Amino acid sequence: MNKSLISIQDFTKDEILHILETAREFEKNRTQNILEGKVIACIFFEPSTRTRLSFETAVNRLGAKVIGFSDASNTSVSKGETLKDTIKMVSNYVDMIIMRHPLEGSSRYASEISSVPVVNAGDGANQHPSQTLLDLYSIMQTQGRLEGLSINMVGDLKYGRTTHSLLQAMSHFNPEFVFTSPDSLKMPVEYKDFLRKKGIRYSETASLEEHLDDCDILYMTRVQQERFTDPMEYEKVKGVYRLEASMLKNVRPNMKILHPLPRVCEIDQDVDDTPYAYYFKQAENGLYVRMAIISYLLGYR
Amino acid sequence: MESINKELKVSALENGTVLDHIPAENVYKALDILNLRGICNQITIGINLNSKLYGKKGIIKIADRFFEDDELNRLALIAPHATVNIIKNFQVVKKKKLVMPEEIEGIAKCMNPKCITNHQPVRTRFTVIEENNEISLLCHYCEKRSDIKKIY
Repeated sequence: MNKSLISIQDFTKDEILHILETAREFEKNRTQNILEGKVIACIFFEPSTRTRLSFETAVNRLGAKVIGFSDASNTSVSKGETLKDTIKMVSNYVDMIIMRHPLEGSSRYASEISSVPVVNAGDGANQHPSQTLLDLYSIMQTQGRLEGLSINMVGDLKYGRTTHSLLQAMSHFNPEFVFTSPDSLKMPVEYKDFLRKKGIRYSETASLEEHLDDCDILYMTRVQQERFTDPMEYEKVKGVYRLEASMLKNVRPNMKILHPLPRVCEIDQDVDDTPYAYYFKQAENGLYVRMAIISYLLGYR
Repeated sequence: MESINKELKVSALENGTVLDHIPAENVYKALDILNLRGICNQITIGINLNSKLYGKKGIIKIADRFFEDDELNRLALIAPHATVNIIKNFQVVKKKKLVMPEEIEGIAKCMNPKCITNHQPVRTRFTVIEENNEISLLCHYCEKRSDIKKIY
């Protein structure tokens, strides 16, 4: 059967390390025509900037061609075509499908219908594994290792899929976590249970200042308005954390700030010029990691 | 065990299957899980019968119908302590206990409103998780956990 990437837990620790190693090779030499003659579909049923552009760039830099759409409204989906029919048809044209869809589980379903590998580029609030792998790559590149790091996750830990997947992926590497969030957006119990069963230490706080100085990675996230059903609840927490350069005086010299982007106001622009800001480079890393994912799943790396 | 024999004689099932010790409130759900609505076989249903072990129980007797183990085990989700008696020629020829299935397909709906299975014609698939005597279902597609009580 084809190998697809739907959830970060589809990859073993060895596979994760292999992807990171391959990404490093692509960072050194970002144009490699190893997939010449291949055609890859990027089908996005939901808006995206970074993910779509970096996936399409990755395909182009590997020498393959891209087909697809970034808006389902001018396709047969608007005529009521089922996802099954769309995937069946597209998978007959191409060598791989990269898809984003607002419904959770849609990518897993697509991978069961498709005759070619499927890469999940985000299925609603569920999984976004290429983001997790590029987060791991960024941690590896800035710290020189993945083992034994202290990671402080900040913001919306309840709905934020990136923090959940990163937590699962980092659990292979003996981390220690700090969860910084307002009370209403705390890390869900099932993830804390998961850590407890694996014997991984964590602590929780509502104060951003409390653990700035004793972490290696500060993983900031946006409070996502689109996940709230009650607008009053969103208003209460939307500006709860704001990281400014003046707060970073006593941080560890190796500390790096990551953010999956887009940011709203949780990181002040004056942080961008500090040596701790890494989020733009992190977004760039997405290109190399996605090149690695595509070439690995197609059996070329 | 004597009491079971007595009941079986009362309804005088010649050949068929008796499902006993179903929680009284789950009898209708059991009929749905086994797809018994609308079939032609003779079915006797008892609800709120006295049970020494469970207080009130339900019982379903289906004439001339025998089930595969896989079909019956799906009942474990809503009636983990149910017993199955296979009747042939008025005699109990076999008694079975249910085994909780590891995975279920095509029954139960995911409770996540944004799950693909609630929007497109996708056959549902769950992993059964038993923890602290509570049963929950992990959706194969959206990876969310649903409490069995909310699904049924």
